[in-house]
Amino acid sequence: MVRQNTQCAEEVDQVKLSELDRFIDDSRDVKGLLIPALQRAQELFGYLPDAVIRHISGRLDIPFSEVAGVVTFYSFFSTVPRGEHVIRVCLGTACYVRGGQEVLTALRHELGIEVGQTTEDRRFSLEIGRCFGACGLAPVVMVDDDVHQRVKPARIRELLASYREEAHGAQELEADLVPEGAAE
Amino acid sequence: MYNVTINGKSIQVAEGATILDAARQAGISIPTLCFLEHRAPLGACRVCVVEVEGARTLQAACATPVTDNMVVNTNSRRARQSRRTVIDLLLSEHEGNCQYCDRSVDCELKEIAHDLTIEAPEFEGERIPTVLDTSTAALVRDSGKCIKCRRCVTVCNEVQQIGALFPQYRGYDTVVGPAFAMDLDSVACVQCGQCAAVCPVGAISEVGHIEGVWRALDDPEKHVVVQTAPAVRAALGECFGYEPGTLVTGKMVSALREIGFHAVFDTNFTADLTIIEEGTELLMRLKTALTGKAEGYHGPSALPQFTSCSPGWIQFAEYFYPEMLPNLSTCKSPQQMFGALAKTYYAEQAGVDPEKMVVVSVMPCTAKKFEAGRDEMNASGYRDVDYVLTTRELGRMIASAGIDFRSLPDDEMDAPMGLSSGAADIFANSGGVMEAALRTAWELVTGRELPTENLHVEPVAGLVGIKEASLVVTDPLPDWSFLDGVELKVAVAHGLGNTAHLIKEIKSGRREYHFVEIMTCPGGCIGGGGQPRMTTDEIRQKRIAAIYREDEGKDLRKSHLNPQITEIYERYLKAPLGERSHHLLHTKYAARPVT
Repeated sequence: MVRQNTQCAEEVDQVKLSELDRFIDDSRDVKGLLIPALQRAQELFGYLPDAVIRHISGRLDIPFSEVAGVVTFYSFFSTVPRGEHVIRVCLGTACYVRGGQEVLTALRHELGIEVGQTTEDRRFSLEIGRCFGACGLAPVVMVDDDVHQRVKPARIRELLASYREEAHGAQELEADLVPEGAAE
Repeated sequence: MYNVTINGKSIQVAEGATILDAARQAGISIPTLCFLEHRAPLGACRVCVVEVEGARTLQAACATPVTDNMVVNTNSRRARQSRRTVIDLLLSEHEGNCQYCDRSVDCELKEIAHDLTIEAPEFEGERIPTVLDTSTAALVRDSGKCIKCRRCVTVCNEVQQIGALFPQYRGYDTVVGPAFAMDLDSVACVQCGQCAAVCPVGAISEVGHIEGVWRALDDPEKHVVVQTAPAVRAALGECFGYEPGTLVTGKMVSALREIGFHAVFDTNFTADLTIIEEGTELLMRLKTALTGKAEGYHGPSALPQFTSCSPGWIQFAEYFYPEMLPNLSTCKSPQQMFGALAKTYYAEQAGVDPEKMVVVSVMPCTAKKFEAGRDEMNASGYRDVDYVLTTRELGRMIASAGIDFRSLPDDEMDAPMGLSSGAADIFANSGGVMEAALRTAWELVTGRELPTENLHVEPVAGLVGIKEASLVVTDPLPDWSFLDGVELKVAVAHGLGNTAHLIKEIKSGRREYHFVEIMTCPGGCIGGGGQPRMTTDEIRQKRIAAIYREDEGKDLRKSHLNPQITEIYERYLKAPLGERSHHLLHTKYAARPVT
């Protein structure tokens, strides 16, 4: 019999799921819809819960193993819940050569977590990336959608400060916003 | 046509051909690992790199089309060195465990390394961790041995359209397997074993039953009987150096006796029985559909009726087409009919306590291991079939018993479950079950012999993916007058991708049939996941031809004329679809959740 993954039992936010469905319906003619659908799902849920991956597999009629293959191939996708801010350190060739590894080490020390982990206060998750297409700016660190160029290990704390200073209340407010068009 | 020069040889090559095609045409061999015939090349393994004049880099022969006046060198120093490096790198990660690997005799990686005279490791480094997946009844996966050639992915996704396997993660961490590198039982795998059939190394194999069989044979308390599927006799010889397509039925029987089985029976016998039961079921369904009711018949009436011999197909329907389950014949497969009858009918006749009986099958199939373990397969009051050996496993057992297979005399199967018609033999081929059923059904309905050349139904034979035929019934016997003038339409599909396509056609109403034969594996059972490796179309054709030879060489070519079948109905079963048949020979199916 098919083994039920424990994550499967996890409650999935139905409002977000119908938002995702709407996205899929509206993009029916798009070729190679899998990656855009996964991106949208991660945008909505913050990460890719097992049930959502299975849902996408069913909706797009693509085998679950293939969808999982794509999810695990790209470091952009995460199957575990992440912090408020996702920090991605590029370790592509150019960034690697120009000290990406040292930047990563500095971030690990500063945050006290390893790659793939989230800080205890759930503020930051640390990940690595394989080239953001900004090699001229190497080494590059992305925090959410912000690109930070020519990052120096010594100035990591400064870089994080702006994200740390954000008023917590504002964050909560934002999180409570109903996704656009979700209210029927 | 293009002019191509390969290793100094000038040849004419068809446009669209690859360098690999051209080389093979010129009689030049280029090693390959990821390449699979009839499939779009992946160019993933890079073992087939060759030098093309004018090209800056080496080209993958499998993926590079020839151009006019192309000059290729497959054997330059640069090509040879690169190929070597590719293999060296694969070997540096491969946790081959060669001295214990079941592929040690036919490992393609080992063979290429040997041919390239790689005699010591060039690179030392991390090795892929070994994680064994033993979650299914039929297949074992060994991640440490996997070289990521993706042949299994191609077969599972393109040929079978199951999609259980796909590369997960990336780079060195890549694992070819189910989603998130979970075990195989976490996805909708039908255990057809086509992945195991194409794996070049020992990364996917069948779950071994050899030791269990030896234990039973060594136990003086046990009465061990064996049944062999029709496809085995057309392929077992390959384990002993015979040309593909050599029939070794007689030697196989001798070998099974020497191994020590107490009785050697034939799955063919229950294939004949399947024809009687399944043919009767079809006629009853037709009667219900055309006249509104069939006296005394309480089974399903959905049409078309699908065959149910192939356990991969059964699981496929249970996973992906539960709405078609009422269309599946309720007949168990010949393997399971045999098991149920061995521990009842035969046990009674031979005076053997069924509790002490062990039923072993030899099958061209891995899914049969799963089928034998299905919860409901205990109609005899015991596990109906205890062990299932693949053709490959039987080959190893014969070798380990020290039997000189090639010098064995021919022997014959035992009564009362060893005699079979040619109609049973052709169960091994795609189209064979259909042909066997038509030989009998036609004669039952009309009283006349099937009016086709040499009793064959040519349109449903061969390797075309989906085949169809139709026959108009004329002058039926009075009992079947409702069939007068009816055009009986049948279809045959093999390979689950073709099957999915055919089902789509049927569901959409674009195609209508009365009877449909499905076999999970390309070519039918002769191309099963448990057959000697590698099965190519050329080998499929040879095995198919051998099976038809076996059929044509028999006087008895129709299931309903098999005297042992007549006997079992007289002495035991009484009537097709009767109460005993219902209990022992028929079964039910249930939908399985896909995820």
